[in-house]
Amino acid sequence: MTKERLVVVGNGMAGIRTVEELLLRAPGRYDITVFGAEPHPNYNRIMLSPVLAGEKSFEQIILNDRAWYEANGITLHTGDRIESIDRAAKTVTSVGGKTVAYDKLLLAIGSDPVVLPIPGKDLPGVIGFRDLSDVEAMVGAAKTGTHAVVIGGGLLGLEAANGLARNGMEVTVLHLMGTIMERQLDEAAGWLLQAELEGRGIKIITKAQTEAILGDGRVQTVKLADGRELDADLVVMAVGIRPNTALGKLAGLEVNRGIVVDDRMVTSDPDILAVGECVEHRGQTYGLVAPLWDMAKVCADHLADVADSAYTGTVSATRLKVTGVELFSAGTFGDAGTEDIVFRDGARGVYKRIVLRDNRIVGTVLYGDTKDGPWYFQLLKDAEDVAPLRDTLIFGQGAGAQAQDPFAAVAALPDTAEICGCNGVNKGTVVAAIREKGCCSVEDVRTHTKASASCGGCTGLVEKLLACTLGDGYQAQTGPKPMCKCTHLTHDDVRRLIVIDKLKSIPAVMQALEWTTPEGCASCRPALNYYLMCAWPGEYKDDNQSRFINERVHANIQKDGTYSVVPRMWGGLTNASELRAIADVVEKFQIPTVKVTGGQRIDLLGVRKEDLPAVWSDLNKAGMVSGHAYAKGLRTVKTCVGSEWCRFGTQASMSMGVKLEKMTWGTWTPHKFKMAVSGCPRNCAEATIKDFGVVAVDSGFELHVGGNGGLHVRATDLLMKVETEEEVLEVCGAFLQLYREEARYLERTAPWIERVGIDYVRARMEDVEVREALHQRFLLSQKFEQIDPWAERASGAVDNHEFAPLASLVPLAAE
Amino acid sequence: MNAMLPQTWIAVGRVTDIPRRGARVVKAPGGDIAVFRTGNDEVYALRDRCPHGNGPLSNGIVHDRRVTCPLHGMVFDLTDGTSVGPDACQARTIPVRVVAGVIELARPLEGE
Repeated sequence: MTKERLVVVGNGMAGIRTVEELLLRAPGRYDITVFGAEPHPNYNRIMLSPVLAGEKSFEQIILNDRAWYEANGITLHTGDRIESIDRAAKTVTSVGGKTVAYDKLLLAIGSDPVVLPIPGKDLPGVIGFRDLSDVEAMVGAAKTGTHAVVIGGGLLGLEAANGLARNGMEVTVLHLMGTIMERQLDEAAGWLLQAELEGRGIKIITKAQTEAILGDGRVQTVKLADGRELDADLVVMAVGIRPNTALGKLAGLEVNRGIVVDDRMVTSDPDILAVGECVEHRGQTYGLVAPLWDMAKVCADHLADVADSAYTGTVSATRLKVTGVELFSAGTFGDAGTEDIVFRDGARGVYKRIVLRDNRIVGTVLYGDTKDGPWYFQLLKDAEDVAPLRDTLIFGQGAGAQAQDPFAAVAALPDTAEICGCNGVNKGTVVAAIREKGCCSVEDVRTHTKASASCGGCTGLVEKLLACTLGDGYQAQTGPKPMCKCTHLTHDDVRRLIVIDKLKSIPAVMQALEWTTPEGCASCRPALNYYLMCAWPGEYKDDNQSRFINERVHANIQKDGTYSVVPRMWGGLTNASELRAIADVVEKFQIPTVKVTGGQRIDLLGVRKEDLPAVWSDLNKAGMVSGHAYAKGLRTVKTCVGSEWCRFGTQASMSMGVKLEKMTWGTWTPHKFKMAVSGCPRNCAEATIKDFGVVAVDSGFELHVGGNGGLHVRATDLLMKVETEEEVLEVCGAFLQLYREEARYLERTAPWIERVGIDYVRARMEDVEVREALHQRFLLSQKFEQIDPWAERASGAVDNHEFAPLASLVPLAAE
Repeated sequence: MNAMLPQTWIAVGRVTDIPRRGARVVKAPGGDIAVFRTGNDEVYALRDRCPHGNGPLSNGIVHDRRVTCPLHGMVFDLTDGTSVGPDACQARTIPVRVVAGVIELARPLEGE
């Protein structure tokens, strides 16, 4: 007997998930053909926002690559839309002219963005936010344009706005209602979210009615009903979605708002099924991902003929995929006859609300702290009587009779509890993968179940499941996750909260952000010290005991416990009196090694710790200051001789190097920072492997960033070209400040730029206002940082205890 | 290490001579001793040599009752000198007490 033929129209999440479920139940039963209108394999549509924001690449959000289709014997036609169904002949025909016969047909054709019926809606530059081509259009627009207007302040619109802002655009969100995301958020949470997004530079106008989109051949302006006009190089319409029903209508299937299906996902034709956003089930249409998983299971049961299951609708929870924003929403609120439990912690930006009816949770909104979201959501879905928990319900799962054991919460979850909302994976599936498939890391679980493979928000939950299933056998993975073992927050979260919550000391940070250790560790303390110093220049008092030894004693510790001393030589220049002073110091303190460094400095190696202040004092007298060769800060500016001496030189590289170094010395940065200036494109100063390199050309200066030597040599990216010396100085200060404010502690410019993208950095530098503001902030911080640490300590007034022993018992023993 | 009980104590300085979450060195015949003061003003003493790579522990970052070695980042418990985490090793502790704000080390010291 030949196999039955299943044709799937739609290569998206719903269609392919159904195929996956079918393969689990009845592998080999059908001969499967899939048609997709987009030219890509199946990808995770809800992860387009992180792709837009530059946090993920397209490859990272592919769910099933072409090899998967091949391995499962599935014929895949991409970039070819099905345009008609012949129900009598049981065939489908594509735009490309392919006609394929089916025994069973599955429609999973999704939805289209709603386009407002306003003048100008068809102008070039007006797009939706639905597929990869929209993302590509937005990224492209960000490269050439400045102003973006997003119409619609719902989930999709806000994610688009955030992504466009991350791409360097000035974004305005227009929202018809008074509260953004009003379908998922109440007023209080909406306000918190709006404040957060506005803090990131996104402008939000509520109660905004769009009247027209204007432009000559291309979008230029958005006009509001109240007469306001907004500049726009790009307009994104994100006001909702509409089930795609055209194909169903044409084939004569029963269609209302969506293609009508019964509880088994069967349409009005018994051989045609439908799943996903194109369907209408019991009068309901869906636009979130969770219902897809439920529909796919029921549909697969029916196609495989293994169970007579029924789809009865899905209650969905929502998370916003904006990095650094914690938001969870489920169920309803604002209905009559309900009661509220509310928790607010204004200082920490936490807001939690649970809506109860008859002692059962019917809705919840969590902002700022969402870790109990899955628990509330489970209680909601189970319609559990929460009267016994009511007193402590708002404090989360660990707050009641349960012990402070961090695993108690996940251990107590039922097997049906949702762990990964993006991929519809429940606890039972994860635990089974750990027990039966031998998964022992987050990566393993991700590979086998897809849990945490998308937005990564549930990684912590997966880790806890691993820990409580494997017990001592589990070793947590190091990853891009918390700052250190003392906190569950990431570097970026901590930095953001330091600013938002106005935290101004290490104990304040640890208290407010709930550090799990009393005093942190050698990893988080230096990072916090840096973040605080960067956030509050002149106000924060540097904590020496939170610094690595090199920065504490302003010299580099060597393997035998002695130190090396490198005096500053501006731009790599020195003179007879400095050299004489160095020679004298070497002889006086019997310094064993004198070495010329790669950064054009002289390194005195093997200085005893107790001699350091005297060595510095002698060097200070000859006019030399600390070279900061030990610092996560500005190290050196290397120069070639330039037009001052060189036959080929086009610009005065030495004097520019000196100016750059005079402006930037003393600054603290996330990691060491090296510069160079070459006077012509021959680049003798090797400026293209520095954090910031200047190469002079006839018409001005090329500015290069993000290079380093070392283990993984990386050549710089060309940032921009400028014409004047003033511009070089301003871009240098602005770039340093951007790096200071946004890179993670101990992240050099090279990995930072690879993470955020040179386009992002360039956009910041090319925006004259942004650049000027960054440069001014840099100069402000320099007021407090350009103090020679050697002179302070040589005077004996600062940190004397570092350099003298507490006591010496040696003479006593010799008595 | 001396098996016998300390016979005498010798004062080496005041608790306040050491910064909180810091350490200072006492020069001694058997080699330097690192004397630590925690954030809670507790005082501990270890040989100023990490047994793993000879790092001067007095130069490490002190957090809670621990110090992280400046050379390779190994973490030691100040109370008993054991290292935290894999590749366990043992830094040598020196008996120390505080009397009326004065730090005293037990004698005889190694090498005396």
